[in-house]
Formats: sequence, C-alpha cells, structure tokens
Amino acid sequence: MARPKALGGAGLLVDLYEHQGKELFARHGIPVPRGIVAETAETARTATEILGGSAVVKVQVQVGGRGKGGGVVLADTPDEAEAAAARLLSEPFKGHRVTRVLVEERLPIAHEFYAAITLDRSTGTDLAMVASEGGVDVEELARTRPEALRRLHVDPEIGLRPYHLRGLTNHLPKEARDLIEEVLAGLYDVLVRSDATLVEVNPLVLLTDGRVLALDAKVTIDDNALFRQPEIEMLRSVFPIDPVEFRAREAGLQYVKLDGEVGIIGNGAGLVMSTLDVVQQAGAAAANFLDVGGGAGAGAIATSLEVILSDPNVRSVLVNIFGGITRCDLVAEGMVEALERVEPRVRIVVRLDGTNAEEGRRILEEAGHPMVVPAATMLEAAERAARLAKAAA
Amino acid sequence: MAILIDEGTKVVVSGITGREGTFHALRNRDYGTKVVAGVTPGKAGREVDGVPVFDTIAEAVEATGANTSLIFVPARFATEAIYEAADSELDVIVCITEGIPVRDMARAASYLRGRPSRLVGPNCPGVISPGRSNVGIIPGEICTPGRVGLVSRSGTLTYQIVHELTQRGIGQSTCVGMGGDPVHGVGFIECLELFERDPETDLVVLIGEIGGDDEERAAAFIREHVTKPVVGYIAGFTAPPGKRMGHAGAIVTGSSGTAQAKAEALEAAGVRVGRTPTEVAELVQATVP
Repeated sequence: MARPKALGGAGLLVDLYEHQGKELFARHGIPVPRGIVAETAETARTATEILGGSAVVKVQVQVGGRGKGGGVVLADTPDEAEAAAARLLSEPFKGHRVTRVLVEERLPIAHEFYAAITLDRSTGTDLAMVASEGGVDVEELARTRPEALRRLHVDPEIGLRPYHLRGLTNHLPKEARDLIEEVLAGLYDVLVRSDATLVEVNPLVLLTDGRVLALDAKVTIDDNALFRQPEIEMLRSVFPIDPVEFRAREAGLQYVKLDGEVGIIGNGAGLVMSTLDVVQQAGAAAANFLDVGGGAGAGAIATSLEVILSDPNVRSVLVNIFGGITRCDLVAEGMVEALERVEPRVRIVVRLDGTNAEEGRRILEEAGHPMVVPAATMLEAAERAARLAKAAA
Repeated sequence: MAILIDEGTKVVVSGITGREGTFHALRNRDYGTKVVAGVTPGKAGREVDGVPVFDTIAEAVEATGANTSLIFVPARFATEAIYEAADSELDVIVCITEGIPVRDMARAASYLRGRPSRLVGPNCPGVISPGRSNVGIIPGEICTPGRVGLVSRSGTLTYQIVHELTQRGIGQSTCVGMGGDPVHGVGFIECLELFERDPETDLVVLIGEIGGDDEERAAAFIREHVTKPVVGYIAGFTAPPGKRMGHAGAIVTGSSGTAQAKAEALEAAGVRVGRTPTEVAELVQATVP
C-alpha cells in the first residue's frame, strides 16, 4: 500500500527447485546425495555413468506430488536414465514447464523420517516438526497417527536450542538421533539465513551404513526479503515464467492469470479479489487477478490493458476502482490516455467511485470512447461485464 | 469512546519527511487528528508544516506527550521504528509499510508480546474513529461517525464497504485495517474484544479474505465471547489454490484457508455473511437497532 513493490508479485511464491534447495542444504552442513543437474537426456546419461551406472532421475518443478505423478524414475542403466530424462524433459509436468532433471545416486535406505520447519503465521513463531515416518502427508499423519509426529514452536527471539532438538528427536531410533539433530540445526540455519518460510525434508533417510541424508528438499523463500538475498534472486532467474506475467511484474503490477473470460483491473488486493467473486456471481468467470496499485496513472493502466488483452480468452474487461488515496479523475485521465496507446478489441466496463469519482466519470464521458461502458456501482459493473462477455463469445 | 484511537490520540509520525509520510501526516492533521511530532534520524530541529521533527521517538514523546506511533518508514527499516515505538511504550503503533520481510516481523511480534503497546499492521491502511481521529491512509471523507465497528484485512475493500454503509446513513465508531501480511499485530480477536467492550459500538463488521486461519479463530471467539451482532464478508471465493492474490498472506494452501471454509466457520458461530460488499451493507442495515 505504501509503495509499489519492485520485486516479487502476486502468484510468485519463491519455491526453489529440489536441486537448488539441496545446494543450500549442503552449504549449511546438511548431507545430501551426490547429484548432477541435467538439461538434456545426453547429460543425464553421462551423469548416470559418473554416478556408477545407476541413478534416480527426478523432474525439477515447483509443484509437489512428483513421486506419485511419475516424475521420479529409477534407472538401472545409463540407457534407462537417458530415456527417462528424454521423456520428463519433453512434456509439462502437472502443467509446469520442465527444463531440467536431477540425476542422483541410488542409496540403500534403512529407515525414512520427516523433518520440517515453517513459519507459523497464526503464532508468528517457527514450527519445527519431526516424524518417525518418511514420505508422508504430514497433515494426514497429524490426524491419523499424532504419536508419530513431534511439533514444537520456536520463538525467533531465542532460536532453535538443544532442548528443542532433544524434544523433537527422542522418539526416534537412537542411532539416528544425533545426526538428525544436526540436520535440524542446519535446517534452522537455512530458514534464518536465507529468509525461508518453509524448509522441508520428506523423506529424511538413515542409510544402512549409518549416514543420515536429505533425500528431498523443499524450500520456500519470503519474496519480501529478496532485497537482501541476491543469491536467491539469481536462483529464481532460472524458473520458466509466462511472458505476460513477466511483463506485468516488470511494470510493478500484481497479476495472476486465471481461466475465465472477463479481464479484471482493480486497485487493492482485497477489492480485486472481491471483484472476481462478484463477477462469478454475475454468471461469468474472471480471466485474471490484476491489482494496479495505488498510483494508477496512464502508464500503469495502459500496461494493465495490454497485459489483459493479450489473453485470447478475454471477451470483456471490467475496471473497478475505488478511489481512496487514488484519485478517480487521474485514473480517468490515465484511462483516456491509455486508450490512445492501446486499441481495445473488447468492451471495457468502467466503475469509478470514491475520491473525485464524479470528475472521473465526466472525463470518461467527454472522451466518449466507443468501447468504454460506464457503470455506477460495483455490482452493476460486474453484471454488465458478464453480459458483454457472453454476448461476445 | 471508540477503540484504539480517539480525541486523546497524539501521533508521532516516523518517516514524516518522506513523500508518503509528509502527505499523510498532514492529511491526518487536516482531518482533526493531533499530529504532534515527526521522527527522521538526522533531521531533528526541522519542521514539517509546523510539526516538529526529532531524531528519536523517545525525544518526541518527551517533548510532546505523543501516545501513538504512525510508521511510514521503508520496509527494510520499518521494524526498527516498531521497536523504537514499543520501547517508548506508546499505546498504539500503526505501521503502514508494505513489504517487510516476514522473519523481521516475527521477531518484532515476539518482542511486543507482554509489552503494553498494541501494533496495527504492517501493510495496512491504519485506523479511523470518524469525527475524532484518523491515523493512517483511510480517506476520511468516506466515513461518518456512528455505532458500527469495522475490522478488516484489506484496504480498498474496506473503503468499498464503509462507503456503502455511509451511503445508507450508517456511521462507524472505529474502522481498523489490520493489514494483509501473514504476521501482524492486532487481529480480529483483539478488535472484537475491544468492540464488545466499547459502549459506543452496537454491531461489528468483520472483513476477511483467503489464507491463514484468522477468520476461523475469530469465529470460535465470537461463539464464546461476543454478544453484539457480527456481519461478515470473505474475499477470494474464486481464488485458485497455491496462488498468492496480491497480499502476502492471501493464499490458499492445500485445502486450508479457503473462503468457503471461513464463511462456514463464521456462519456456524452466528455471523451473517454477505456474499457481496452491497449485501454486507444491507445485512448491517437490517440488523442495526
């Protein structure tokens, strides 16, 4: 509210790829399997040869459920690894573009565990969790076998202490406890130093030779903290990003693409969310979430319109502005100027209310743009935009 | 009476010499708020349109008797201003700043626990007790004095609903924008508690959105402790899971944090939940004595 954000943006949680998370882990003393990132099937083959002839090939995407979804393949030979990588790299995984796989050594596992630390928003403290079973859905485990899961809140003022560690691990097999405590200390270190809101290892494994390793890594970074995490900002640059979302982000707009046919521009996250809901009640669906922010000058509005109209599904646009600090007359002027730069192919319903709304409405009326349809209230605007979208379908 | 701020509120503005700080400090003063001091390190001795500027909050409090802090400091320094205000034991700290790293906020929230100051925000529009005091960026023109209390996680959505109330001739005792960040100061429960005790509030409007469990916990509290009628609204019924909708805290994770679950929890606690901002205003109109 107080300033536009230069970085980040709606819909862009900074979830690291598994291999990036593991690189972070390794630097904080958490043991991980030997692995090589491959962007081609040939590299996956070579990697498997280096790792001794067999490997696990794991798709790298910012979405869970890779194991069940066929994104993790055991390869007994370099040929198999090459074939697996070729398949994984050739198609989207759960709608996410795939640009790389992680090829890892195969290891003899004696026991699986679960470990995670997350920032618990309801208490504002860190919540550490350790389970005596691995590869689990932790929410389900908490419901069905709560005795297998230890949970402890850690006040960020004092950090993770030895007594926390003892309390988290003393239900685990003795031979694994000390090493798991070291892993937990490392995870807390990652959490604090990298401004993470979640670090999760599922599974954490005890090998038959007695070592403990993080077999998986999920790390989510707080994008408000990217200004002091240049390294994470670099990691993020490898994520494939929708060009339209990228453009919106560069312009400081909060944009999330959705599946409907009514393009939405509004000011303020809550009002925009509410606008999407009201459009649905009017019998249509929103094509996007777009918060133009407080300024809402001609530049921001022109870019917003361009971003929204680049979505071929859009059949009408709804602009819903409530002028608080934002002045509706300036929004209207921005709108008129934007319409000189962008030729809209669909009708644009505009609802202006609040500070200087009358002046704003007068400016739009005088400009008399044939594609602009004024509306008096939010409800009326949503209904008109829904009707126009249907008529244009 | 009202809650959090009233005629006795005396504001010290951290970051008063910045563009936003100056603009809103003077706007609040024009509304009738007692803006008694500003703080910008290194600029002590200056004035901003007659408001004296100090190096520290402690000095500002010493010289002017300020009891409320308003923060317009950039994100990377904002928690510093929160600690400073807490150390001066100000009654209320309103932090408007958006984009504060959540770990910084978690530490600040931890520091505030057990101290007398109440934090509102961050990433919030502030607090207004119409006709008495305005601390933050809520446009005073859309509000009118009255007996409906309002607490919200959003900014402009709050304006929309307040505007619809005002247009129907329904005034407000206090409107609190608690902010859209995952870790924040006062929440629904604290505000409900204050409104329940406030003899000048007859009804409370609670405006929530997807993400977290603030609304569910508020519902449990209402069931046990609130006798005044509550009307609710939840934004984000159509938000897809896993996508952050503008506010850092507005995200549906798995099956938790959905608008549907929140609306159901509130309704089960006897709250009437409107499906549009307009319906909220209509429900309030039908309920107020």
